[in-house]
Amino acid sequence: MTTLELRSGSDPAERPMVTPTAALGMFRRPVAATGWKAWVFTVDHKKLGIMYGATAMFFFLLGGCEALLIRLQLAAPDNTVLSAGLYNEMFTMHATTMIFLFVMPMSAAFANYFLPLQVGARDVAFPRLNALGFWLFLFGGIFLNTSWILGGAPDGGWFMYSPNSSALFSPSHGVDFWTLGLQITGIASLVGAINLIVTVINMRAPGMTLMRMPVFAWMQLVVQLLLLFAIPVITVALFLLSFQRNFGAAFFDVEQGADPLLWQHLFWIFGHPEVYILILPSFGIISEVLPTFARKPLFGYKFVVFSGAAIGFLGWGVWAHHMFASGLGPVSVAVFSISTMLIAIPTGVKICNWTLTLWGGKLWFTTAMNFAIGTIVLFTIGGLSGVTHAAAPADTQQTDTYHIVAHFHYVIVGGGVMGLFAGLYYWWPKIFGKTLSETLGKWNFWLMFIGVNLTFGPMHILGMQGQPRRMVVWPKKLTGDGFFNLGFWNRVASVGAFTIATGVLLFVINVFRTARKSEKAALDPWDARTLEWMTSNPPKEHNFDAIPTVHALDEFFHRKYEEVESADGIRLSRIKTAEDVHAELNANPDAHIHLPSPSYWPIVLAFALPVIAYGVIFNLTLSIIGAVILLFATFGWVLEPSVAGEDEYDPPPPPPALPPADDDGSPKELASVG
Amino acid sequence: MSEHAEHAEAEHDHPTNRYFIYTAAVLAFFTALETSTYWIDFGSFATPLLLILMSMKFFAILLIFMHLKYDSKLFGAMFYIGLGLAVGVYIAALCTFQFFAG
Amino acid sequence: MWMFLGSECLLFGGLISTYMLYRGRHQGNPGPAQVFDIPLTSVSSFVLLMSSLTMVLAVNAAKENDVRNTKLWLTATALLGSLFVGGQVYEFTVFYKEGLGFTTSLFSSSFFTLTGFHGVHVSVGVMMLLALVAIISRDRVTGDRAEVVEMVGLYWHFVDVVWVVIFTLVYLIPA
Repeated sequence: MTTLELRSGSDPAERPMVTPTAALGMFRRPVAATGWKAWVFTVDHKKLGIMYGATAMFFFLLGGCEALLIRLQLAAPDNTVLSAGLYNEMFTMHATTMIFLFVMPMSAAFANYFLPLQVGARDVAFPRLNALGFWLFLFGGIFLNTSWILGGAPDGGWFMYSPNSSALFSPSHGVDFWTLGLQITGIASLVGAINLIVTVINMRAPGMTLMRMPVFAWMQLVVQLLLLFAIPVITVALFLLSFQRNFGAAFFDVEQGADPLLWQHLFWIFGHPEVYILILPSFGIISEVLPTFARKPLFGYKFVVFSGAAIGFLGWGVWAHHMFASGLGPVSVAVFSISTMLIAIPTGVKICNWTLTLWGGKLWFTTAMNFAIGTIVLFTIGGLSGVTHAAAPADTQQTDTYHIVAHFHYVIVGGGVMGLFAGLYYWWPKIFGKTLSETLGKWNFWLMFIGVNLTFGPMHILGMQGQPRRMVVWPKKLTGDGFFNLGFWNRVASVGAFTIATGVLLFVINVFRTARKSEKAALDPWDARTLEWMTSNPPKEHNFDAIPTVHALDEFFHRKYEEVESADGIRLSRIKTAEDVHAELNANPDAHIHLPSPSYWPIVLAFALPVIAYGVIFNLTLSIIGAVILLFATFGWVLEPSVAGEDEYDPPPPPPALPPADDDGSPKELASVG
Repeated sequence: MSEHAEHAEAEHDHPTNRYFIYTAAVLAFFTALETSTYWIDFGSFATPLLLILMSMKFFAILLIFMHLKYDSKLFGAMFYIGLGLAVGVYIAALCTFQFFAG
Repeated sequence: MWMFLGSECLLFGGLISTYMLYRGRHQGNPGPAQVFDIPLTSVSSFVLLMSSLTMVLAVNAAKENDVRNTKLWLTATALLGSLFVGGQVYEFTVFYKEGLGFTTSLFSSSFFTLTGFHGVHVSVGVMMLLALVAIISRDRVTGDRAEVVEMVGLYWHFVDVVWVVIFTLVYLIPA
């Protein structure tokens, strides 16, 4: 076990120190790795957050290219850019990539990076699990995408209904890659969820009660709880499908008397909470961004928090609204229709609160603020069309048309992705110490905002005209004319898709230009409100020199401003600069900060799973090799010292030259148990 | 489990081995009772009886062996959310199959 | 740990629901009433129940720093667990000989999936127990020994609790 030991005040340099069990032979834990090893074996939540973000961004570009190909195919009548089979693979992988490999990990990136900072912790509760989560996600994503070169990608649509998912209708290995790949990323989400929940519950700074927690932390808590309980359901569904495809069971085969609706139920019991898993992080982000740039506290903090929790809870009771057209029977349809309408209430409450936060504020239109307001606008449009789906009779007409496509893209791209971009612009100076260019940022925002409306707005019309989703071509003779000309609106949508792409391209350019720029960001560029801004940009490895004691919601803001009575009523007056607050906080740094040391095992353990998965598809011998790696890595993980006893640090830590290897499980530790 | 109630009070943090053995004995008795439905015909009572016995065993293990009774409320909440969601969601799903109609 | 178990509830809930939905669908192949051997299963249920007892005793011994008894009870738990898994393997073999394979019918697929998943959980538990005994013997526990034993214990009891439900719903309640 190695610790990074920080001497109070005088010697801020991190001094790696070898403590007892470092010399455990093959189970040695790496000591203060440098270079690429510092990233590969890291357990630091900030590095993992950045890696999550970078990987998610890569998959975002990949999924975006898939979307562009789809729109290219649909830009002209009877087009032949993609074959029908390839088109099926393309939309399946587009959806899967965007949902599981971009939005979820991107929000995991923010959660990893900012949750510990926002609640005033030094790291997450289980740093190695955190690393495991990232590597599982990365390997799962790569595994899924290798299907392109190993016989064909999955082609059953992202909800992979039976019988489309059966070996008869999807003979390539694509669906196998899909089930196993999602299984792996599912485990990643699960360990991430447990980790982050424990972090929020156990590791808050002194004084940080739950109701003083930033809304982003709250929304992430809800999301992680949803993940915790939703992932096992999809796990069951995926196992059943795997067993059907790989071992000859018949869970969804009608010929053998099975009920394909079972898949739909299991999938959507997972799938609807999943929708909130996608959207709530973005809600959390804009609930941070709006008050900062409106220079007002969030209107109705408690309402925002509780409606977030209510959305999380009600989200469990609405799944069958995805199945109105499947013959559920009138009672079920009515029940789920009503519960679905109910969920619009907490969502409406949130939109109201955001709007009222802006009301009367001194608005500062930065790019982050633009994205946040764009999120509200676009999400409201998507939400309203969502209510029309809740009404079962209307939905019966809309099911599987472009109207649905329009709805969920407004919600996920307009609500989710725009919110994530707000977060990127808002937190970039915090993460990298440099501010993204505002000029390029404005271009990025407007191109994306206009692009989203151009792409997905016309889809409402297309859908109401009856263009089914997932249709590979639209024949020229069926396009109609006048306002409802399908060809015209399809072309508009395709132009819109490329507008969004240009916007995203500008973001990428912005990132590279900012990286080469030497100008450093100010300590508190946005005059922000929450704890993560009470440390340097970027934060030190141990986050805070001294853990702040929290007295209020928006702690940082309250340390900078004070209410004073004046002739026109109560006004806010600045009493301290951010630098003052930092200096005050760091005047008294904590002694003996111990951080966990890097570990080899997360990446090894994560590597075992795709090996097993390839084995299931191609050759079971490979699975056995994978299982052996898994077992070996697990033992390595367990035997590696995770926590050294407190007495090894305080008070005075043993000098580095004294490492008795067998000290860890000695009677000294036994004595402390009783 | 009522006969053990006061026992539990007395041994608040650290139930004794004896207490656990009592619990196990009661659980074993329940299992025997359950199994007896295989030979003795309880008629239409069988299913409710089995379900009641099942949930009693379930909570006995949960509360005593897994000492949820003595643990932090938070842990209990975590587990019960999962349990509640599982029961609720899956029963609702089976209902839509009209599983309980026949 | 409790969170993980809460999450596992939904996993087993899904499998049990699948079984409940499909248990009547065996289309002329052997069904539950023909193949189940209640006396055998009762014995193995009893064995698993007793293993929960020995587990509790192990946890208590660990709390009292009684290394010898901790190891003893952990080993006993592992043995009872293996006995249970052995019983399950025997049961599966018998079923297979009676013409009930994994792919025979929906009933058989869902039955084997459900009990198989449970069996894997028990086996993982047995491995965890044995590894724990080995690690305790060599004094290589990282962190608090009593807590580690307790965590393994929670997992073990959960597996038992799931079996309580499976035993009743799958074996005892007539289809």
